[in-house]
Amino acid sequence: MKDDGSVPGSAVATPRRAVVREALWGSAVKLDPRLQVRNPIIFSIFVASAMVTIRLLFELAGGRAVSFTVAVAVALWLTVLSANFAEAVAEGRGKAQADSLRRTRQDLLAYLVAEDGTTLEVPAAHLALGDVVLVEAGQLIPADGEVIEGIATVDESAITGESAPVIREPGGDRAHVTGGTKVLSDWIKVRVTSGPGQSFLDRMISLVEGSKRQKTPSEIYLTILLVAFTITALAVVMTLQPFAIYSGSRIQPAALIALFAALVPSTVGGLVLAIGIAGMNRLAERKVLALSGQVVEAAGDVTTLLLDKTGTITLGNREAVALHPAAGVDAQLLADVAQLASLADGTPEGRSIVVLTKRLHGLRGRELGQVRPVPFSADSRMSGVDVDGVRIRKGAVDAVAKWTGQQPDPGCTAEINRIAGGGGTPILVARDDVILGVVELRDVIKEDLPARFDDLRRMGVRTVMITGDNPRTAATVAKEAGVDDYLAQATPEDKLALIRSEQSKGRAVAMTGDGTNDAPALAAADVGVAMHAGSAAAIEAGNMVDLDSNPTKLIDIVRAGKQFLITRGALTTFSTATDVVKYAVILPVMFSGAHPVLGQLNIMGLRSPGSAILSAVVFNALVIVALLPLALHGVPYRAVGAQSLLRRNLLLYGVGGLVAPFFGIKLVDMILGFFQFP
Amino acid sequence: MATVTLYFVLLLALTPPLGTWMYRVYSSERIGRIEGLIYRLCAIRPTVEQSWRRYASSVLWFSGLCFALTYGVMRLQGVLPLNPSELPGVDPAVAFNTAVSFITNTNWQAYGGETTMSYLTDMVALTSQSFISAAVGMAVLVAFARGFTQVDATRLGNFWKDLVRGVVYILLPISTLLALLLISQGVVQTLGGPVEAQIERGQTQTIARGPAASQIAIKQLGTNGGGFFNANSAHPLENPNAFSNFLQALAILLIPASLTYTFGLMVSSKRHGWAILAAMLLILASGVAATLPSERGATAAMRAAGIDASAANMEGKEARIGVDSSSLWATAATASSHGGPNSSHASFAPAGGAVQIANMNMGVFGAVGSGIYSMVFYVIIAVLLGGLMVGRLPEYLGKRIGAREIKLAIIGVVVSFVFTVGLTGLGAVTAPGLEARLNSGAHGFTEILYAFSSQANNNGASFAGLDASGPFYAVLGAIAMLFGRYVPMVAALAMAGGLAQAKDAPAETVGTLRTDTPLFVGLLVGVVLILSVPFPALSLGPLLVGLEGIVP
Repeated sequence: MKDDGSVPGSAVATPRRAVVREALWGSAVKLDPRLQVRNPIIFSIFVASAMVTIRLLFELAGGRAVSFTVAVAVALWLTVLSANFAEAVAEGRGKAQADSLRRTRQDLLAYLVAEDGTTLEVPAAHLALGDVVLVEAGQLIPADGEVIEGIATVDESAITGESAPVIREPGGDRAHVTGGTKVLSDWIKVRVTSGPGQSFLDRMISLVEGSKRQKTPSEIYLTILLVAFTITALAVVMTLQPFAIYSGSRIQPAALIALFAALVPSTVGGLVLAIGIAGMNRLAERKVLALSGQVVEAAGDVTTLLLDKTGTITLGNREAVALHPAAGVDAQLLADVAQLASLADGTPEGRSIVVLTKRLHGLRGRELGQVRPVPFSADSRMSGVDVDGVRIRKGAVDAVAKWTGQQPDPGCTAEINRIAGGGGTPILVARDDVILGVVELRDVIKEDLPARFDDLRRMGVRTVMITGDNPRTAATVAKEAGVDDYLAQATPEDKLALIRSEQSKGRAVAMTGDGTNDAPALAAADVGVAMHAGSAAAIEAGNMVDLDSNPTKLIDIVRAGKQFLITRGALTTFSTATDVVKYAVILPVMFSGAHPVLGQLNIMGLRSPGSAILSAVVFNALVIVALLPLALHGVPYRAVGAQSLLRRNLLLYGVGGLVAPFFGIKLVDMILGFFQFP
Repeated sequence: MATVTLYFVLLLALTPPLGTWMYRVYSSERIGRIEGLIYRLCAIRPTVEQSWRRYASSVLWFSGLCFALTYGVMRLQGVLPLNPSELPGVDPAVAFNTAVSFITNTNWQAYGGETTMSYLTDMVALTSQSFISAAVGMAVLVAFARGFTQVDATRLGNFWKDLVRGVVYILLPISTLLALLLISQGVVQTLGGPVEAQIERGQTQTIARGPAASQIAIKQLGTNGGGFFNANSAHPLENPNAFSNFLQALAILLIPASLTYTFGLMVSSKRHGWAILAAMLLILASGVAATLPSERGATAAMRAAGIDASAANMEGKEARIGVDSSSLWATAATASSHGGPNSSHASFAPAGGAVQIANMNMGVFGAVGSGIYSMVFYVIIAVLLGGLMVGRLPEYLGKRIGAREIKLAIIGVVVSFVFTVGLTGLGAVTAPGLEARLNSGAHGFTEILYAFSSQANNNGASFAGLDASGPFYAVLGAIAMLFGRYVPMVAALAMAGGLAQAKDAPAETVGTLRTDTPLFVGLLVGVVLILSVPFPALSLGPLLVGLEGIVP
């Protein structure tokens, strides 16, 4: 798997510079008022800019001095353009992904299988639901569908970024194929399951492109709050003129409008859309496709994670961890025989026995005589080899005991009971009717998982392990992995019931699933992550798709959701704090003409009312661009409790917002002063 | 300083017992004998629970009725009995303003007391409203709290029952007790007429008396603030000594502070109740701390007149009450909706004036009841920002906070702000607005700002100086009072109604934003300051006066 941060499908990586160049153009295109209305805060600055511009035209017509009005107009348009730019950059990154996906879809041809078995070449766009197509090695699969005949290896890297080919065959969870992926070997017949424009690829394109983006809850909440701030700024500015008139002065209309623009929460207003688009794209970069923005935020709210044991918590298979020889049997002999028994066994368990014996006893390759492998069968529940007439077997305890006609000695029996009691699997090894000892197989927990569960616990997320194992085994693995709870001998119905019961306790549940029988639970969960390698039903039921099919990623998804919300909250807090400071910085200078004593409060030593306002507006425009990387990448998130997170973020973004404008505005004021303006 | 410390300690000590009592009053299933009698007389069915809409419409039409009665009595007092001074009917604009003022628990007085209102008006129209408007605010608060405790429900309780219980079991008993204590300190309580006193050189003085103690008690407890005498609690017969002053000051915040405990009990989070109180007290204590230093020293004018800089600013203050207790009172009276003075607020140094205006706009203690749901509006906004900053969608007291709650909270918060700055702007540039001022310049501007801050926030404190009896201030002020009272009230009930219907309650984990920690109190205070203090107006008013005083 390539993990260079490239986006799915980005066979031709779009250079960053191109995105920025496109965005610069995009920020001009977005001046269209019909697009501006979507963001009420920036729209209010847009209106303010237009008003100043109109005023400027009148001034020009009247032949009056205009330099200040020009400067205000420029600074205001700069603010609007900065906000547009932020949005365009975020969209541009999505578009780059969409474009490369689109390329894979172009000019696809399909070989429609007619009822008489003949094939007919048609454009993929003309395929209808239920059509059957033939796809042979080297061809692209023209549409989403189910394999109904044949077996083939398929390269799905265009969608998933995963270069290892997967096998697709009829029936079960491996029947699902995605349009735009490539058959590498053999052939398959596929029944089309999506109509034109409805395919997974189509949905993915429209999602990463953001064309169907809906406002997420936090975006709606913050917009309400920001509109309220804008209204109070408007009330303040509209009443400032009467206050000024009372004080025996008048404020220039251009200055008033600029003050309004300086006081509205333009920083977060300008970044709010970019944060939303970037949040989705960040997930997409991790090869998780969220079907809506809502579900990304829901992920941040998750308080219970349901994790499948196998593949998520443990490596998919059990591993041999110890050998227990029977009484009077040499450990070296047991190791030797166990290795021989496993040499022909391609299963991960078998391989792990070879690896263990190699590690423990240095047993390596050897010359063997006549070897006849005896494969595992459900009937015998044993496997092994016959070497030069010597029969070697390993397998389930009762099966091997029956085969030898003996019972394990008391020492072995004790070991067997201990292993089974501890959640492991005992394997008996025998040679020619003699039981030589026990191999202990255990679930192996993925590395760093206990630490990550600790993280989750600190974040207030409960982890529940789901397994088909018996309760005893489940309890052992759960304890070792450090999950909070487990559900043993779980059926799909149990899983669904657990989700419902957690939800009734006010907990939001996230889970992963791949099988068709996971579909009801995936649909019921607040966040249901379907594995892309899984069945079509699972993908349909979930509200996120993991293109890597790596269930452990569920933990990352929760973190990403939190980071998404924190980015919104932190930037809003920052923006609000800067607005308060702007009052303190601008007002004293503004009225110092009428009341020179107020100049005493001009602690930043700004040069003139005009310069103060202008500096504040320019600062506003610049801060949008300065914070854009933070909006795109998200604020740093650490897995700590809500208390320390709040303390940290309040300090960083609340207090930071109180400090930044003092220096920022002063700096712009000094630069303007250098040019002796205004 | 000892007085101030004792004040805070006693307030904190009385909060749990009184808060618990009020909780029992509103949540008891049992119908007492007296209230049962009232229900039968008024044909109230106390067991019928109301939806938020029914509750709100009961509040509104009952308040309308109270308005009509109060307005009618004032207009017709000339032909009604109990009018020994043969006062004429009250001017329509003033009557409108006053009726609104008393039903909204503002108790702004746009008129000169004894020379305008007959005994009947005082007793029937005004004093009864002191009880009723306070009880209405408390009723709305308990209905509001019920919104948080219910799950998948549509009812918030019965307004009439909550109203009657507030008067019968809370306001009447405590004000009776307080009245008796005040009488013991020499506050006048008689139905006899004025007395003639012999003073020096054979001259006589007419000393007004009346049933003062009983009215003063509810004036303080109900955060009403309309004094019996024109000088309010600066009058020696209304507030004779330091002890009576302490009692009265304590009574101002007693119920608003205790209601935070009641709220905490109702929503099953005593710690959150304390957190709200902590935010309120933090703002109050900061106000006192900001006011005291400049009152303890000489003002700019005093220094200019050659008075020793260490002399306290005793202008407009009573010698028996002193600087500390006057400052404490002025801060507490503006932080709540009481607004009645025991000293002249206009004579405070600019720091004190700024604190008072900021206080009125924040209204943290507010009117009894309304103060807490207004505070919760700020809490909702703090929960939104804080919640997002810990990576969660906002939730509060086991309820998810959605767009509807945020909208209502913002409407509740912004309405008084918009009226305050809007009307102050109007007053500052129009002839009727300017003519009513006593002073010109920044002090005159402060008079206008003070008047509209006071009314839009239902406070009722007056800065003196401004003649608010003209139609301009009377009518605009009344409109500001109506919006400032009923918009947040309906918003609170609507919010509670919506929250009660919510089916699921999010579980609390270590990932949940806690609303009962010092950190949250800090965030809450920040939100209150940002959203409600009119910085530009303050900088042109008291701040400017202050600078002009400091800078030669």
